[in-house]
Amino acid sequence: MSRLRLLAGRDITSGAEDFTEHVRRLGAQPAAGPALIETIVRSGLTGRGGASFPVGLKWKSVAAHSHGSAVVVVNGAEGEPHSKKDRMLMTTRPHLILDGAFLAAHSVRARQVVLYIGEEHEAARNAMLRALAERRPNERKITRVLGAPPRYVAGDSSAVVHLVNAGIATPMTTPPSPHERGVEGGPTLVQNVESLAHAALIARHGDAWYRSAGRRGAAGTLLVTVAGGVSGPGVHEIEAGTTVAEAVEMAGGVTEPARAVLIGGYFGSWVPAEHAWDLPLDSAMLRERGLSIGCGVVGILHHSSCVVCETAGIMRYLAAESSAQCGPCFFGLRALADACSRVAERGTNPDDMHRLHRWAIDVRGRGACHHPDGAVTFLQSALKSFPDDFAHHPAHWRGQGRQTPAGRAQGAHLDE
Amino acid sequence: MSRDVQFLVDRIRCDGHGLCAEILPELTRLDDWGYPIFAPGPVPDQLLPLAQKAVESCPVLALALKRAERHRTAR
Repeated sequence: MSRLRLLAGRDITSGAEDFTEHVRRLGAQPAAGPALIETIVRSGLTGRGGASFPVGLKWKSVAAHSHGSAVVVVNGAEGEPHSKKDRMLMTTRPHLILDGAFLAAHSVRARQVVLYIGEEHEAARNAMLRALAERRPNERKITRVLGAPPRYVAGDSSAVVHLVNAGIATPMTTPPSPHERGVEGGPTLVQNVESLAHAALIARHGDAWYRSAGRRGAAGTLLVTVAGGVSGPGVHEIEAGTTVAEAVEMAGGVTEPARAVLIGGYFGSWVPAEHAWDLPLDSAMLRERGLSIGCGVVGILHHSSCVVCETAGIMRYLAAESSAQCGPCFFGLRALADACSRVAERGTNPDDMHRLHRWAIDVRGRGACHHPDGAVTFLQSALKSFPDDFAHHPAHWRGQGRQTPAGRAQGAHLDE
Repeated sequence: MSRDVQFLVDRIRCDGHGLCAEILPELTRLDDWGYPIFAPGPVPDQLLPLAQKAVESCPVLALALKRAERHRTAR
Protein backbone atom coordinates (compact mmCIF):
# COMPACT_ATOMS: atom_id res chain seq x y z
CA MET A 1 0.00 0.00 0.00
CA SER A 2 2.77 2.43 0.83
CA ARG A 3 5.39 1.33 -1.65
CA LEU A 4 7.02 4.66 -2.43
CA ARG A 5 8.42 5.42 -5.86
CA LEU A 6 7.95 9.08 -6.71
CA LEU A 7 8.36 9.95 -3.06
CA ALA A 8 11.14 7.46 -2.22
CA GLY A 9 14.28 9.06 -0.82
CA ARG A 10 14.42 11.85 1.71
CA ASP A 11 11.40 12.66 3.86
CA ILE A 12 8.98 14.90 1.96
CA THR A 13 8.76 17.34 4.86
CA SER A 14 12.46 18.16 4.48
CA GLY A 15 12.16 20.11 1.23
CA ALA A 16 13.46 19.57 -2.27
CA GLU A 17 15.92 16.89 -3.27
CA ASP A 18 18.86 18.68 -4.94
CA PHE A 19 20.65 17.51 -8.08
CA THR A 20 23.60 15.81 -6.31
CA GLU A 21 21.31 13.83 -4.05
CA HIS A 22 18.96 12.99 -6.93
CA VAL A 23 21.80 11.60 -9.09
CA ARG A 24 23.36 9.74 -6.16
CA ARG A 25 20.03 8.05 -5.42
CA LEU A 26 18.82 7.32 -8.94
CA GLY A 27 21.85 7.55 -11.20
CA ALA A 28 22.26 9.78 -14.23
CA GLN A 29 19.44 10.53 -16.64
CA PRO A 30 19.11 7.52 -18.97
CA ALA A 31 18.90 7.55 -22.77
CA ALA A 32 15.84 8.88 -24.59
CA GLY A 33 14.40 8.21 -28.05
CA PRO A 34 12.00 5.91 -29.90
CA ALA A 35 12.89 2.92 -27.65
CA LEU A 36 11.90 4.90 -24.56
CA ILE A 37 8.57 5.84 -26.15
CA GLU A 38 7.90 2.12 -26.74
CA THR A 39 8.82 1.33 -23.12
CA ILE A 40 6.38 3.96 -21.88
CA VAL A 41 3.64 2.64 -24.19
CA ARG A 42 4.21 -0.87 -22.74
CA SER A 43 4.14 0.42 -19.16
CA GLY A 44 0.53 1.52 -19.62
CA LEU A 45 1.25 4.84 -17.85
CA THR A 46 -1.74 7.21 -18.10
CA GLY A 47 -1.77 11.00 -17.69
CA ARG A 48 -2.27 12.36 -14.18
CA GLY A 49 -3.71 15.78 -15.01
CA GLY A 50 -7.29 14.52 -15.15
CA ALA A 51 -8.01 12.98 -18.55
CA SER A 52 -5.99 9.74 -17.97
CA PHE A 53 -4.84 9.71 -21.62
CA PRO A 54 -2.10 7.10 -22.34
CA VAL A 55 1.24 8.92 -22.03
CA GLY A 56 3.14 6.78 -24.55
CA LEU A 57 0.55 7.36 -27.29
CA LYS A 58 0.73 11.12 -26.77
CA TRP A 59 4.56 11.08 -27.04
CA LYS A 60 4.27 8.97 -30.17
CA SER A 61 1.82 11.34 -31.81
CA VAL A 62 3.93 14.43 -31.03
CA ALA A 63 7.09 12.66 -32.22
CA ALA A 64 5.37 11.74 -35.50
CA HIS A 65 4.42 15.40 -36.17
CA SER A 66 7.64 16.88 -34.79
CA HIS A 67 10.47 17.27 -37.35
CA GLY A 68 12.33 19.11 -34.60
CA SER A 69 9.62 21.75 -34.13
CA ALA A 70 7.91 20.19 -31.11
CA VAL A 71 7.51 21.83 -27.70
CA VAL A 72 7.14 20.10 -24.32
CA VAL A 73 4.97 21.86 -21.73
CA VAL A 74 5.45 20.72 -18.14
CA ASN A 75 1.98 21.29 -16.69
CA GLY A 76 2.09 22.31 -13.04
CA ALA A 77 -0.91 24.67 -13.17
CA GLU A 78 -2.91 22.59 -10.63
CA GLY A 79 -6.06 24.70 -10.62
CA GLU A 80 -8.24 22.06 -8.92
CA PRO A 81 -9.12 23.57 -5.52
CA HIS A 82 -8.67 20.42 -3.43
CA SER A 83 -5.65 18.93 -5.24
CA LYS A 84 -2.25 19.48 -3.69
CA LYS A 85 -0.24 16.68 -5.27
CA ASP A 86 1.35 18.54 -8.18
CA ARG A 87 2.71 21.42 -6.09
CA MET A 88 3.90 18.91 -3.48
CA LEU A 89 5.81 16.92 -6.12
CA MET A 90 7.33 20.10 -7.60
CA THR A 91 8.37 21.23 -4.13
CA THR A 92 9.98 17.94 -3.10
CA ARG A 93 11.14 16.10 -6.29
CA PRO A 94 11.78 18.78 -8.92
CA HIS A 95 14.60 16.86 -10.62
CA LEU A 96 12.41 13.83 -11.20
CA ILE A 97 9.97 16.10 -13.07
CA LEU A 98 12.79 17.81 -15.01
CA ASP A 99 14.29 14.42 -15.94
CA GLY A 100 10.90 13.41 -17.33
CA ALA A 101 10.58 16.71 -19.20
CA PHE A 102 14.00 16.47 -20.88
CA LEU A 103 13.54 12.76 -21.63
CA ALA A 104 10.27 13.66 -23.31
CA ALA A 105 11.94 16.55 -25.16
CA HIS A 106 14.70 14.28 -26.52
CA SER A 107 12.23 11.52 -27.39
CA VAL A 108 9.90 13.77 -29.42
CA ARG A 109 12.81 15.92 -30.74
CA ALA A 110 11.51 19.11 -29.13
CA ARG A 111 13.25 22.46 -29.50
CA GLN A 112 11.79 23.97 -26.35
CA VAL A 113 10.59 23.05 -22.85
CA VAL A 114 8.10 25.29 -21.05
CA LEU A 115 7.65 25.01 -17.29
CA TYR A 116 4.05 26.10 -16.69
CA ILE A 117 3.56 26.53 -12.95
CA GLY A 118 0.55 27.90 -11.04
CA GLU A 119 1.24 31.53 -10.07
CA GLU A 120 0.01 30.96 -6.53
CA HIS A 121 2.19 27.84 -5.99
CA GLU A 122 5.16 29.89 -4.83
CA ALA A 123 7.15 27.17 -3.03
CA ALA A 124 6.74 24.84 -6.01
CA ARG A 125 7.88 27.52 -8.45
CA ASN A 126 10.93 28.35 -6.33
CA ALA A 127 11.91 24.69 -6.02
CA MET A 128 11.59 24.18 -9.78
CA LEU A 129 13.63 27.32 -10.54
CA ARG A 130 16.39 26.27 -8.12
CA ALA A 131 16.42 22.79 -9.65
CA LEU A 132 16.57 24.21 -13.18
CA ALA A 133 19.61 26.31 -12.19
CA GLU A 134 21.39 23.06 -11.23
CA ARG A 135 20.84 21.46 -14.64
CA ARG A 136 23.25 21.36 -17.58
CA PRO A 137 23.51 24.49 -19.77
CA ASN A 138 22.11 22.71 -22.86
CA GLU A 139 18.96 21.90 -20.86
CA ARG A 140 18.68 25.36 -19.32
CA LYS A 141 18.99 27.17 -22.62
CA ILE A 142 15.96 25.44 -24.19
CA THR A 143 13.77 25.99 -21.11
CA ARG A 144 11.47 28.88 -20.26
CA VAL A 145 9.26 29.37 -17.23
CA LEU A 146 5.71 30.73 -17.34
CA GLY A 147 3.14 31.34 -14.61
CA ALA A 148 -0.33 29.80 -14.89
CA PRO A 149 -3.08 32.18 -13.75
CA PRO A 150 -5.13 30.86 -10.80
CA ARG A 151 -8.13 29.81 -12.88
CA TYR A 152 -9.71 26.37 -13.12
CA VAL A 153 -9.43 26.26 -16.93
CA ALA A 154 -5.78 27.43 -17.06
CA GLY A 155 -4.51 23.83 -16.95
CA ASP A 156 -6.46 22.78 -20.06
CA SER A 157 -3.90 21.87 -22.72
CA SER A 158 -5.28 24.28 -25.34
CA ALA A 159 -5.35 27.06 -22.69
CA VAL A 160 -1.67 26.40 -22.01
CA VAL A 161 -0.91 26.77 -25.71
CA HIS A 162 -3.03 29.93 -25.89
CA LEU A 163 -1.10 31.46 -23.00
CA VAL A 164 2.28 30.75 -24.55
CA ASN A 165 1.20 31.99 -27.99
CA ALA A 166 -0.97 34.95 -27.07
CA GLY A 167 -0.71 35.55 -23.32
CA ILE A 168 -4.30 34.48 -22.62
CA ALA A 169 -4.89 31.28 -20.65
CA THR A 170 -8.32 30.44 -22.07
CA PRO A 171 -9.10 27.25 -24.01
CA MET A 172 -9.17 27.30 -27.81
CA THR A 173 -11.32 25.53 -30.37
CA THR A 174 -9.97 22.11 -31.36
CA PRO A 175 -9.06 20.70 -33.85
CA PRO A 176 -6.21 21.24 -34.25
CA SER A 177 -5.35 19.76 -30.88
CA PRO A 178 -2.10 20.91 -29.23
CA HIS A 179 -0.33 17.64 -30.05
CA GLU A 180 -0.91 18.39 -33.75
CA ARG A 181 -0.39 22.16 -33.75
CA GLY A 182 0.30 24.05 -30.55
CA VAL A 183 2.98 26.42 -29.32
CA GLU A 184 4.15 28.61 -32.20
CA GLY A 185 2.51 26.13 -34.58
CA GLY A 186 4.68 23.20 -33.49
CA PRO A 187 3.22 19.94 -32.16
CA THR A 188 3.06 20.36 -28.41
CA LEU A 189 3.23 17.77 -25.68
CA VAL A 190 1.35 19.10 -22.65
CA GLN A 191 2.05 16.70 -19.81
CA ASN A 192 1.22 16.84 -16.12
CA VAL A 193 4.20 16.98 -13.73
CA GLU A 194 3.36 13.67 -12.06
CA SER A 195 3.15 11.89 -15.43
CA LEU A 196 6.65 13.16 -16.32
CA ALA A 197 8.07 12.04 -12.97
CA HIS A 198 6.72 8.52 -13.56
CA ALA A 199 8.25 8.55 -17.05
CA ALA A 200 11.65 9.43 -15.54
CA LEU A 201 11.49 6.32 -13.32
CA ILE A 202 10.20 4.06 -16.09
CA ALA A 203 13.15 5.21 -18.25
CA ARG A 204 15.51 3.98 -15.50
CA HIS A 205 13.79 0.80 -14.35
CA GLY A 206 11.65 -0.35 -17.28
CA ASP A 207 7.99 -1.02 -17.94
CA ALA A 208 7.85 -4.37 -16.08
CA TRP A 209 9.16 -2.62 -12.98
CA TYR A 210 6.42 0.01 -13.26
CA ARG A 211 3.73 -2.64 -13.49
CA SER A 212 5.19 -4.62 -10.57
CA ALA A 213 3.56 -2.15 -8.19
CA GLY A 214 -0.20 -2.11 -8.02
CA ARG A 215 -2.94 -4.08 -6.33
CA ARG A 216 -6.03 -6.00 -7.43
CA GLY A 217 -4.64 -6.21 -10.98
CA ALA A 218 -3.86 -2.49 -11.38
CA ALA A 219 -0.41 -1.22 -12.39
CA GLY A 220 1.94 1.40 -10.91
CA THR A 221 1.54 4.00 -8.21
CA LEU A 222 -0.24 7.35 -8.10
CA LEU A 223 -0.44 10.46 -5.99
CA VAL A 224 -3.77 11.20 -4.34
CA THR A 225 -4.90 14.15 -2.26
CA VAL A 226 -7.17 13.05 0.59
CA ALA A 227 -9.22 16.13 1.53
CA GLY A 228 -12.08 17.02 3.82
CA GLY A 229 -13.16 15.18 6.95
CA VAL A 230 -10.05 13.15 7.79
CA SER A 231 -7.54 13.63 10.64
CA GLY A 232 -4.55 14.15 8.36
CA PRO A 233 -5.62 15.57 5.00
CA GLY A 234 -2.82 15.65 2.46
CA VAL A 235 -0.98 13.94 -0.37
CA HIS A 236 -0.13 10.24 -0.37
CA GLU A 237 1.55 7.97 -2.89
CA ILE A 238 -0.51 4.80 -3.18
CA GLU A 239 -0.30 1.68 -5.30
CA ALA A 240 -2.92 1.74 -8.06
CA GLY A 241 -5.91 -0.36 -6.98
CA THR A 242 -5.66 0.71 -3.34
CA THR A 243 -9.21 1.21 -2.05
CA VAL A 244 -10.75 4.49 -0.92
CA ALA A 245 -10.98 3.05 2.63
CA GLU A 246 -7.26 2.24 2.65
CA ALA A 247 -6.32 5.70 1.33
CA VAL A 248 -8.53 7.33 3.96
CA GLU A 249 -6.82 5.17 6.59
CA MET A 250 -3.43 6.49 5.42
CA ALA A 251 -4.79 10.00 5.99
CA GLY A 252 -5.62 9.15 9.59
CA GLY A 253 -9.19 7.98 9.07
CA VAL A 254 -12.44 9.97 9.13
CA THR A 255 -13.05 12.38 12.00
CA GLU A 256 -16.84 11.85 11.87
CA PRO A 257 -19.01 9.33 10.02
CA ALA A 258 -18.93 10.15 6.31
CA ARG A 259 -21.91 10.88 4.08
CA ALA A 260 -20.30 11.06 0.66
CA VAL A 261 -16.95 10.80 -1.07
CA LEU A 262 -15.94 13.06 -3.94
CA ILE A 263 -13.81 10.97 -6.30
CA GLY A 264 -11.67 12.78 -8.88
CA GLY A 265 -12.24 16.42 -7.90
CA TYR A 266 -14.81 18.88 -9.27
CA PHE A 267 -14.99 17.11 -12.65
CA GLY A 268 -15.46 13.84 -10.78
CA SER A 269 -18.40 12.29 -8.92
CA TRP A 270 -20.09 12.16 -5.55
CA VAL A 271 -20.40 8.57 -4.35
CA PRO A 272 -22.48 7.68 -1.26
CA ALA A 273 -19.95 6.78 1.46
CA GLU A 274 -21.26 3.23 1.90
CA HIS A 275 -20.56 2.52 -1.80
CA ALA A 276 -17.22 4.35 -1.86
CA TRP A 277 -15.01 2.52 0.63
CA ASP A 278 -14.28 -0.53 -1.54
CA LEU A 279 -13.69 1.40 -4.78
CA PRO A 280 -10.19 0.79 -6.20
CA LEU A 281 -8.26 4.00 -6.92
CA ASP A 282 -7.09 3.34 -10.48
CA SER A 283 -8.07 5.08 -13.71
CA ALA A 284 -9.10 1.94 -15.63
CA MET A 285 -10.89 0.27 -12.70
CA LEU A 286 -12.87 3.42 -11.90
CA ARG A 287 -13.76 3.96 -15.57
CA GLU A 288 -15.28 0.45 -15.63
CA ARG A 289 -17.57 1.66 -12.85
CA GLY A 290 -18.55 4.86 -14.67
CA LEU A 291 -16.26 7.00 -12.49
CA SER A 292 -13.01 8.84 -13.06
CA ILE A 293 -9.80 9.17 -11.04
CA GLY A 294 -9.40 12.71 -12.44
CA CYS A 295 -6.52 14.44 -10.69
CA GLY A 296 -6.60 12.01 -7.75
CA VAL A 297 -8.73 13.95 -5.25
CA VAL A 298 -10.56 11.88 -2.63
CA GLY A 299 -12.80 14.28 -0.67
CA ILE A 300 -14.68 13.15 2.43
CA LEU A 301 -17.97 14.86 3.27
CA HIS A 302 -19.22 14.41 6.85
CA HIS A 303 -22.65 13.06 7.67
CA SER A 304 -23.57 16.38 9.29
CA SER A 305 -22.99 18.26 6.00
CA CYS A 306 -25.67 18.78 3.38
CA VAL A 307 -24.81 17.25 0.03
CA VAL A 308 -27.26 19.53 -1.83
CA CYS A 309 -25.72 22.69 -0.38
CA GLU A 310 -22.20 21.41 -1.08
CA THR A 311 -23.17 20.60 -4.67
CA ALA A 312 -24.67 24.08 -5.10
CA GLY A 313 -21.46 25.66 -3.78
CA ILE A 314 -19.28 23.69 -6.20
CA MET A 315 -21.61 24.45 -9.13
CA ARG A 316 -21.39 28.17 -8.34
CA TYR A 317 -17.62 27.88 -8.31
CA LEU A 318 -17.52 26.01 -11.63
CA ALA A 319 -19.96 28.49 -13.24
CA ALA A 320 -17.74 31.38 -12.12
CA GLU A 321 -14.68 29.58 -13.52
CA SER A 322 -16.12 29.30 -17.03
CA SER A 323 -13.87 31.25 -19.36
CA ALA A 324 -17.10 32.78 -20.77
CA GLN A 325 -16.19 31.98 -24.37
CA CYS A 326 -18.89 29.45 -25.26
CA GLY A 327 -22.56 30.32 -24.67
CA PRO A 328 -23.78 26.89 -23.47
CA CYS A 329 -21.02 26.84 -20.81
CA PHE A 330 -21.24 30.48 -19.70
CA PHE A 331 -25.05 30.73 -19.61
CA GLY A 332 -25.77 27.04 -18.98
CA LEU A 333 -23.51 26.55 -15.96
CA ARG A 334 -24.72 29.82 -14.46
CA ALA A 335 -28.35 28.73 -14.90
CA LEU A 336 -27.58 25.30 -13.42
CA ALA A 337 -25.78 26.86 -10.45
CA ASP A 338 -28.71 29.26 -9.88
CA ALA A 339 -31.27 26.43 -10.02
CA CYS A 340 -29.18 24.32 -7.65
CA SER A 341 -28.78 27.27 -5.29
CA ARG A 342 -32.53 27.91 -5.29
CA VAL A 343 -33.13 24.29 -4.27
CA ALA A 344 -30.49 24.68 -1.55
CA GLU A 345 -31.68 28.06 -0.22
CA ARG A 346 -35.45 28.00 -0.66
CA GLY A 347 -36.14 24.27 -0.65
CA THR A 348 -36.79 21.81 -3.40
CA ASN A 349 -39.32 22.52 -6.15
CA PRO A 350 -40.33 20.50 -9.20
CA ASP A 351 -39.50 23.24 -11.74
CA ASP A 352 -35.88 23.59 -10.70
CA MET A 353 -35.42 19.85 -10.36
CA HIS A 354 -36.73 19.42 -13.90
CA ARG A 355 -34.38 22.17 -15.13
CA LEU A 356 -31.35 20.59 -13.43
CA HIS A 357 -31.95 17.27 -15.17
CA ARG A 358 -32.78 18.78 -18.57
CA TRP A 359 -30.04 21.42 -18.71
CA ALA A 360 -27.38 18.97 -17.58
CA ILE A 361 -28.13 16.93 -20.70
CA ASP A 362 -28.36 20.02 -22.96
CA VAL A 363 -25.01 21.48 -21.89
CA ARG A 364 -22.88 18.36 -22.31
CA GLY A 365 -20.43 18.33 -25.21
CA ARG A 366 -21.10 21.95 -26.20
CA GLY A 367 -17.94 23.77 -25.19
CA ALA A 368 -14.58 24.20 -26.89
CA CYS A 369 -13.01 22.53 -23.84
CA HIS A 370 -14.37 19.98 -21.36
CA HIS A 371 -15.30 22.48 -18.64
CA PRO A 372 -19.08 22.18 -19.17
CA ASP A 373 -18.82 18.37 -19.50
CA GLY A 374 -16.90 18.05 -16.24
CA ALA A 375 -19.35 20.30 -14.41
CA VAL A 376 -22.45 18.39 -15.55
CA THR A 377 -20.79 15.02 -14.87
CA PHE A 378 -20.34 16.22 -11.30
CA LEU A 379 -23.91 17.57 -11.04
CA GLN A 380 -25.43 14.40 -12.50
CA SER A 381 -23.49 12.28 -10.00
CA ALA A 382 -25.08 14.29 -7.18
CA LEU A 383 -28.59 13.92 -8.67
CA LYS A 384 -28.07 10.19 -9.20
CA SER A 385 -26.37 9.38 -5.88
CA PHE A 386 -28.59 11.50 -3.63
CA PRO A 387 -32.05 11.68 -5.25
CA ASP A 388 -33.89 11.82 -1.90
CA ASP A 389 -31.76 14.69 -0.61
CA PHE A 390 -32.70 16.75 -3.67
CA ALA A 391 -36.35 15.64 -3.62
CA HIS A 392 -36.88 16.58 0.03
CA HIS A 393 -34.42 19.41 0.55
CA PRO A 394 -35.74 21.97 3.07
CA ALA A 395 -35.13 25.71 2.84
CA HIS A 396 -31.72 26.09 4.39
CA TRP A 397 -28.29 27.08 3.16
CA ARG A 398 -25.21 25.57 4.66
CA GLY A 399 -22.91 25.52 1.69
CA GLN A 400 -22.33 29.18 0.84
CA GLY A 401 -19.08 29.81 -0.95
CA ARG A 402 -16.24 31.17 1.09
CA GLN A 403 -13.95 33.72 -0.41
CA THR A 404 -10.39 32.79 -1.22
CA PRO A 405 -7.65 35.38 -0.78
CA ALA A 406 -8.14 36.14 -4.47
CA GLY A 407 -11.80 36.87 -3.80
CA ARG A 408 -13.24 34.01 -5.82
CA ALA A 409 -15.99 31.66 -4.75
CA GLN A 410 -14.28 28.60 -3.30
CA GLY A 411 -17.06 26.11 -3.84
CA ALA A 412 -17.31 23.44 -1.19
CA HIS A 413 -15.90 23.72 2.30
CA LEU A 414 -14.73 20.15 2.21
CA ASP A 415 -11.52 20.98 4.03
CA GLU A 416 -13.06 22.63 7.07
CA MET B 1 -22.63 6.36 -51.89
CA SER B 2 -23.49 8.37 -48.78
CA ARG B 3 -21.21 11.34 -48.28
CA ASP B 4 -21.48 11.13 -44.46
CA VAL B 5 -21.28 14.84 -43.80
CA GLN B 6 -21.49 16.27 -40.27
CA PHE B 7 -21.79 19.72 -38.74
CA LEU B 8 -18.68 21.16 -37.14
CA VAL B 9 -19.39 24.04 -34.74
CA ASP B 10 -16.83 26.50 -33.46
CA ARG B 11 -18.35 26.95 -30.00
CA ILE B 12 -16.22 29.98 -29.22
CA ARG B 13 -17.31 31.84 -32.37
CA CYS B 14 -20.98 30.90 -32.06
CA ASP B 15 -22.96 33.83 -30.59
CA GLY B 16 -26.37 32.25 -30.78
CA HIS B 17 -27.75 34.27 -33.70
CA GLY B 18 -29.93 31.28 -34.43
CA LEU B 19 -30.08 31.45 -38.22
CA CYS B 20 -29.13 27.78 -38.49
CA ALA B 21 -32.19 26.79 -36.48
CA GLU B 22 -34.43 29.02 -38.69
CA ILE B 23 -33.06 27.47 -41.85
CA LEU B 24 -32.80 23.85 -40.72
CA PRO B 25 -35.24 23.10 -37.86
CA GLU B 26 -35.16 19.43 -38.91
CA LEU B 27 -31.66 19.06 -37.44
CA THR B 28 -31.26 22.10 -35.21
CA ARG B 29 -32.98 23.40 -32.11
CA LEU B 30 -32.03 26.25 -29.81
CA ASP B 31 -31.35 25.72 -26.13
CA ASP B 32 -32.88 27.95 -23.44
CA TRP B 33 -30.11 30.52 -24.01
CA GLY B 34 -30.46 30.63 -27.80
CA TYR B 35 -27.49 28.46 -28.78
CA PRO B 36 -27.97 25.67 -31.33
CA ILE B 37 -28.07 21.97 -30.50
CA PHE B 38 -27.51 19.78 -33.57
CA ALA B 39 -28.98 16.33 -34.05
CA PRO B 40 -26.23 13.72 -33.73
CA GLY B 41 -25.06 11.70 -36.71
CA PRO B 42 -24.59 12.56 -40.40
CA VAL B 43 -26.69 15.09 -42.30
CA PRO B 44 -29.20 13.17 -44.51
CA ASP B 45 -28.56 13.70 -48.24
CA GLN B 46 -31.91 15.42 -48.88
CA LEU B 47 -31.08 18.07 -46.25
CA LEU B 48 -27.58 18.83 -47.55
CA PRO B 49 -28.61 21.90 -49.59
CA LEU B 50 -30.28 23.46 -46.51
CA ALA B 51 -27.32 22.50 -44.35
CA GLN B 52 -25.06 24.26 -46.82
CA LYS B 53 -27.31 27.32 -46.68
CA ALA B 54 -27.17 27.29 -42.86
CA VAL B 55 -23.37 27.25 -43.02
CA GLU B 56 -23.30 30.16 -45.48
CA SER B 57 -25.81 32.17 -43.45
CA CYS B 58 -23.99 32.05 -40.13
CA PRO B 59 -23.05 35.69 -39.45
CA VAL B 60 -19.95 34.76 -37.44
CA LEU B 61 -18.78 31.83 -39.63
CA ALA B 62 -19.05 29.42 -36.69
CA LEU B 63 -20.53 26.58 -38.72
CA ALA B 64 -18.94 24.19 -41.19
CA LEU B 65 -19.74 20.90 -42.82
CA LYS B 66 -17.16 18.22 -42.40
CA ARG B 67 -16.80 14.99 -44.29
CA ALA B 68 -16.37 12.03 -41.94
CA GLU B 69 -12.75 10.76 -41.84
CA ARG B 70 -13.32 7.40 -43.48
CA HIS B 71 -14.88 8.96 -46.59
CA ARG B 72 -12.23 11.61 -47.06
CA THR B 73 -11.01 11.64 -50.66
CA ALA B 74 -8.37 13.66 -52.45
CA ARG B 75 -9.72 16.95 -53.70
